[in-house]
Amino acid sequence: MSNGQTRTKPAKGQGGTLYRGNTGMWSWVLHRVTGIGIFFFLIEHVLSTALIRVSPEAYNAVIGTYKTPIFGLVEVGLVAAIGFHALNGLRVMLIDFWSKGAKYQKAMLWIAIVIWAILMIGFTPRHLMNVFAEMMGA
Amino acid sequence: MATKTELSVSVGTPAEEAGLKPFKVTLNIRRYNPETGDEAFWQDFDVELYATDRVLDALHKIKWEQDGSLAFRRSCAHGVCGSDAMRINGRNRLACKTLIKDLDITQPIYVEAIKGLPLEKDLIVDMEPFFESFREVQPFLVSNTPPAGGRERLQSIAERERFDDTTKCILCAACTTSCPVFWTDGQYFGPAAIVNAHRFIFDSRDENAAARLEILNDKEGVWRCRTTFNCTDACPRGIQVTKAIAEVKAAVVRGRP
Repeated sequence: MSNGQTRTKPAKGQGGTLYRGNTGMWSWVLHRVTGIGIFFFLIEHVLSTALIRVSPEAYNAVIGTYKTPIFGLVEVGLVAAIGFHALNGLRVMLIDFWSKGAKYQKAMLWIAIVIWAILMIGFTPRHLMNVFAEMMGA
Repeated sequence: MATKTELSVSVGTPAEEAGLKPFKVTLNIRRYNPETGDEAFWQDFDVELYATDRVLDALHKIKWEQDGSLAFRRSCAHGVCGSDAMRINGRNRLACKTLIKDLDITQPIYVEAIKGLPLEKDLIVDMEPFFESFREVQPFLVSNTPPAGGRERLQSIAERERFDDTTKCILCAACTTSCPVFWTDGQYFGPAAIVNAHRFIFDSRDENAAARLEILNDKEGVWRCRTTFNCTDACPRGIQVTKAIAEVKAAVVRGRP
C-alpha cells in the first residue's frame, strides 16, 4: 500500500513548486516584465539621443541601424509592451481607487487585453509595411 | 448493499458503513528535517481514501499508519482555528477544508509548507513574523471616550456591516504567504495584518483609525500591495482581501476611514 521510502531529488531552491496564481498574478508578472523592458528602452533612448552632442555622424550611424527590419520587428514588441503596460496600469489604478474596481478586476483585464489586441491589429500591418517598404526602397 | 445486521457490527467510518469503496491516492509531500541538515526533498505516499475525505485525513493516515515523523499543524480540523494552511497543488489552502473529490487524483497531490515564512519542519513554518505584523496594526478596539449612558457602545446595522467581511479572519496566513510581494520582502505587513487593521479602522466605535492609517502609510504598508489577487483567491473564509486593502489605501489618501 505504501511506498513511503522513495526519496526523489532535492527540490530546487527554497520555493518548491511554482505558485499557481490566477489571472491577477500573471497580469502582475506581465506588467512587471513589460515595465522593466520599457525602462531599458528609455535608457537606450536617452543614450542614443545624447549622441547628437558627441557628433552628428555618430548619431546618424546609430539611428541608421534602427531603420533595419530587425529593429522594425523590435519596435512591434516595444509598442506591444507599452500598450499592455499602459492599459493594465489604468486597470490597476481603478482597482485601487474605484470602489467596484476589485470586484470587476478580471473583467477589466479582459477589456484591457481586447483593446490592446485591437490597437495591435491596427498598428502592426501598417508599421511592418512601412518598415519593409523602407528596406525595398533602400 | 449493507444490511442492518452488518451495520450494527461494523466499526468503520460513515463512508465505510455506507458501503463506499476507497481508492488509492498519491500524495507528494515536501519534507524537511532541520536535524539532518539536508535540503528539503519530495517524498511520495500512497493512501487509501474516500471521496469525502479531506487532505488533512490523508496527512493523518500517513502520520498514523506510515510515517510518524511527518510534521504538520492542525487543531480543530474544521476550518475554524486556521492551523493547517499549506500549499496544496501550488495554491494556499486549509488541508481540513480541501476535499479529495475536488482534486485531480489521477495526478499526485503536491503538498508543501506555505511560502515566505521560515521553514521549521516538513509542513510547519515559523509564524512569528506573521503575528508580529498582526500585533503592529493594534488589532483591538481603542476608545478614549466613555460609552453613552455608561453602558454599551451602540452601533447601527449599517455601521456593523461596514467591516463585516474582515471580521471573518482566522489568521491562518494563507493570504499573506500567497503574496508575491511578501515572498521577496518579508518586511511587508502582508494582507492579513491589513485585513485586521481594516476590521478596526472602519469600526464606528473605534477611535484609533488615524494611528493605524499612519502605520499602514509606511513604506512597507499598504502601498506594497500590487493587486495580484492571490490573497483573495487563497482566503479560506472568502474574505475579499484585495478589496479590503484597496479600501485602506483610499482611507490613507483621505486621511480618515
